[in-house]
Amino acid sequence: MKVPLNWLKEYVDITLPVPELAERMTLAGMEVETIEHIGADWDRDKILVGEIVEIRPHPDADRLTIAVVRCGSGDPEAVVTGAPNVKVGDRGQKVAFARNGARLIDGHSDELRYLTLKPSKIRGVLSAGMVCSEKELGLSGEHEGILILPDDAPVGMPLVDYLGDTVFDLDLNPNYARCLSIIGVAREVAALTGQKLKQQEPTMTAAGGSIADLVGIEISDPDLCSRYSATLIRGVHVGPSPLWLQRRLRLAGQRPVNCIVDITNYVMLELGQPLHAFDYQKLLGRAAGGRPVITVRRARPGEKLTTLDHIERQLEENMLLITDSSGPIALAGVIGGLETEISDDTTDVLLESANFDYLSNRRTSTLLHLPSEASLRFGRGIPPETTVPAAVRATEFMRQLAGGVIATGIADAYPVKPQQRTIELPRAEVERLLGVPLSRQRVVESLQALGFHCSSCSEEQPIQVTVPYYRLDVEISADLVEEVARMVGYDQIPSTLLRDELPPQRRNAALEADLRVRDLLVGCGLTEVITYSMTNLDSVARLDPTGPAPDPADYIRLANPLTPEREYLRRTLSNSLLEALRDNLRFSPRVALFEVARVYLPQTGQELPLEPRRIGIVLSGPKHPVHWNQPQPGLFDYFDLKGVVETLLSRLRISNAAFIAVEAPAYQSGRVARLVLQPGDVDVGLLGEVNPVVRDRFDLPAQRVCLAELDLEALLAHAPESYRFEAAGRYPASAQDMAVVVDEGLPAVQVSDCIRRAGGRLLRSAELFDIYRGEQIPQGKKSLAYSLRYQAPDRTLTDDDVARQHARIQRALEKELAAELRS
Amino acid sequence: MLDQLHEMEGRALAELAGHKTEQALEQWHVAFLGRKGALTELLRGIGRLSAEERPAFGQEANRVKTALEKAYEDRALTLKQEAALHQLAREQVDVTLPGRPIAPGFLHVSTRTLREIYDIFAAMGFQVVEAPEVETDIYNFQLLNMPPHHPARDMWNTFHTTHEGVLLRTHTSPGQIRVMLEHCPEPIRVILPGKCYRYEQVTARHEFMFYQVEGLAIGEHLTMADLKGTLASFARQMFGPERKVRFRASYFPFTEPSAELDIDCVLCGGKGCRVCKNSGWLEILGCGMVHPNVMRNGGYDPACYTGFAFGMGPERIAMLKYGIDDIRHFFANDLRFLQQFV
Repeated sequence: MKVPLNWLKEYVDITLPVPELAERMTLAGMEVETIEHIGADWDRDKILVGEIVEIRPHPDADRLTIAVVRCGSGDPEAVVTGAPNVKVGDRGQKVAFARNGARLIDGHSDELRYLTLKPSKIRGVLSAGMVCSEKELGLSGEHEGILILPDDAPVGMPLVDYLGDTVFDLDLNPNYARCLSIIGVAREVAALTGQKLKQQEPTMTAAGGSIADLVGIEISDPDLCSRYSATLIRGVHVGPSPLWLQRRLRLAGQRPVNCIVDITNYVMLELGQPLHAFDYQKLLGRAAGGRPVITVRRARPGEKLTTLDHIERQLEENMLLITDSSGPIALAGVIGGLETEISDDTTDVLLESANFDYLSNRRTSTLLHLPSEASLRFGRGIPPETTVPAAVRATEFMRQLAGGVIATGIADAYPVKPQQRTIELPRAEVERLLGVPLSRQRVVESLQALGFHCSSCSEEQPIQVTVPYYRLDVEISADLVEEVARMVGYDQIPSTLLRDELPPQRRNAALEADLRVRDLLVGCGLTEVITYSMTNLDSVARLDPTGPAPDPADYIRLANPLTPEREYLRRTLSNSLLEALRDNLRFSPRVALFEVARVYLPQTGQELPLEPRRIGIVLSGPKHPVHWNQPQPGLFDYFDLKGVVETLLSRLRISNAAFIAVEAPAYQSGRVARLVLQPGDVDVGLLGEVNPVVRDRFDLPAQRVCLAELDLEALLAHAPESYRFEAAGRYPASAQDMAVVVDEGLPAVQVSDCIRRAGGRLLRSAELFDIYRGEQIPQGKKSLAYSLRYQAPDRTLTDDDVARQHARIQRALEKELAAELRS
Repeated sequence: MLDQLHEMEGRALAELAGHKTEQALEQWHVAFLGRKGALTELLRGIGRLSAEERPAFGQEANRVKTALEKAYEDRALTLKQEAALHQLAREQVDVTLPGRPIAPGFLHVSTRTLREIYDIFAAMGFQVVEAPEVETDIYNFQLLNMPPHHPARDMWNTFHTTHEGVLLRTHTSPGQIRVMLEHCPEPIRVILPGKCYRYEQVTARHEFMFYQVEGLAIGEHLTMADLKGTLASFARQMFGPERKVRFRASYFPFTEPSAELDIDCVLCGGKGCRVCKNSGWLEILGCGMVHPNVMRNGGYDPACYTGFAFGMGPERIAMLKYGIDDIRHFFANDLRFLQQFV
């Protein structure tokens, strides 16, 4: 809402300097977003109100004239002008005169460019300054002619004093709808600064016949229209509005149209009541000479209306219409009909000032995508009390500015009168909520300043607060407490620290685990990313080059996606991570990323999906940064990824994890494993190297890409909540190596499992330290070398102990895996 | 004989001084002191001496042997020391060469900021609770005092799902209701972090996905003064103890009275600049006393309990704290951005 302060001053005296006023309003909830000073750059002694004394022809140019301008006591100055709106012989017009040295906007430039006026000869005639256009002054884009000021403009006055203004742009919250008007803002300013509201009851001079004979009003659906008031003025002349009115509309952000439309807009901005003007002659025509009757009702099936924007609209039931005997003439409070709109030929105006239900209005304007200044106000609720004052003020303006005769009386249907609201404010409520003791008097004064009426039987009794009609937002005692706080100032409330009882403190294991997992992955050298929760099925399909397309039914789908790329809530992090990898590989050879985020899994019969958390990891490029000492580090491969996953498992103290060779479409065959946890055979997810075909589909370079996606909830379910300290053995350990020759195809995990089982309690560890193929090893076999450590908790092991255990392991390997021992 | 002995001693010492390797030293030892060495050879000739001469010669031979052994030991030690010094000299490096790079990982700046928020509020007794991101209209709006078509719904542009009445939460506030229903009638102090979504075109200032942290405190004696104290303390811990704070009246359908918390501009210190739009102040969070209707919807009697709630955006906080000029950096996941936050 743009508020020109000169307009505001008509309703309240402004006693504070502008910045202080802005701050006070901002703190009280009406945020002054910008302060615009109109004319701030008009030099006080160089740009003045001038009067044209004489227009002389230019001796050498037909299109130019010489204007002799008087501005104050000095001699009149002669300036050359090409303005078409002054001609030889004119005199007496008031203009904006700029002396040499004044800084103005270049009227001939399309861009905003400033120039400083210098004495110059135009076609041989010396010009002592300039008569300015609106554009040159920065008032509008108008540069067709010079700005002609009203006749009563005081000659010699600095233009900034005459035309300058300050405009506050207010960023208003939805419940400050009362401030969508000059008078509403004025009420607040008056209360905040201790001033009286200067409100005059509008009156009009009516000399025509009784309006009751000229138009009838019927409200068929009073649930959607609580009041409909109308006035009639006949014999108007539709033309441009006077300068001051155009100026105010422009400052308030509206474009002037003609005086009738401008007046409806002006009064709406001033009083907050949207108005609509109908061409009464058109209504007469539609009523075939009879008395037009306005009926407010819901649309009927199949009804249509061509609106002001020349669009024929199919009307839906529940849309509220203004109709006459021939059908719809307007969509109530949203947009008018084309047929009855005001044109330059209009002579008789029926002015509508009504109150429409905010919900119905919002629904219709949202449905038709027709936001407007009117529906902005109707859609947030306005009081029905303002219809008549607004109609009267506007009609009188029309009489003054457009001529015509006002019909006597106001057609006013008012079936639903609002109840006056009284709220009980208990004595202790203000302190209970604000934490500051305020005297009863302070509370009452604050509320009264805002127009609330307060009464009570005694000091001890609650205050009975009657809400003024224009405060639709105040419904309960907490609302009153806020009003008191706004008036007193939030800064007057002390700052205290919580002294209430501390609520029961509970561990949040899920969050703790989340923090730990992220820290662990960062510790493994991975960088955290956060990708969007929304994805598209094309991207998901890239993960599976041969399978069927993803089924939209498996996904939560947005009804109003911003783009098709972000239409579905994801069920996997993998595609987003591959995309993040691709983007980063463009400038960084080495990329190691992880994400911990939710996926969204719809559940049949459930309204809301499951939102389990997943861990996604991608690695690609050199495993170490390049260094002078190691110019060609190896590339990340499956075992780097598995190392990260194993670290995660061991730090979460998860044992009983198995990595099982599987096939999966997104991964390269033979380089992918499924992580399975016991007990329960729980599938935690896949880790492996990305299938080269999939790599291409994601526009990734032809280098190994490691990808893992794990179910964090499954991991956490298997992580013990606590664990116990284990003493390092006091007795010496004995180490022995063992090399085992087995079939090439035998998974190493079977060998190590066999060693551990056979080794029993005395075998403390068995580390695989070498895999050898080649000389001395038969074709189709491989040699696995383990370093075994034996240790007893209670004694020093003898050579015999170790030899016995070693032999047992050897026998088990030979028997179970047909392994041979290498000496 | 004695002359021969002395001549041999002189020769041995001279040769020894010339030897530079362990091997040469060993050969020298064999040549002069070994079992078939020069000294042994001379001693074999002792039989040719008279009985009177023998003791003196034996004594002198012994002295020579001891002297040569000593010279040998000394020479060996010197050689060893020289070798060690040589070795050290060879191991010299150019200490100005760059060190081997470590490749540490980085937490996302949003995660870091969330954790800072958790820590500050944990110290004041606020615990972290999480709530669903896909929500119902009932929780996201209706139970928060916004019936269908309520004008305040305009404040949140909403992503709806194809399932009627199911949407992506536009704020973390629905979690308030869930926490209240779960814990009523206990007092409550929680923060609710998480992703939120708004149907908005992405610009330097707006993302359609962002984090929010909601806070909720409910008790029998909580006041707006407690709200002010708690949030001012948060702001100063987050942005520095010297920060000025101000509370200004605002509007949220689920709080009454409502306020917004501003801090003096971290860039210009309140003088006015582009970041604070020349106001000198930066808005960092919205807050207020829990609306009686919301309190009731959560199961608490507003006549007996009061409470306050607040909501803030970690991305906005991080933007102000680190001078990030464009919110789009957060989820573009460019390592050159991500790896600046340590």
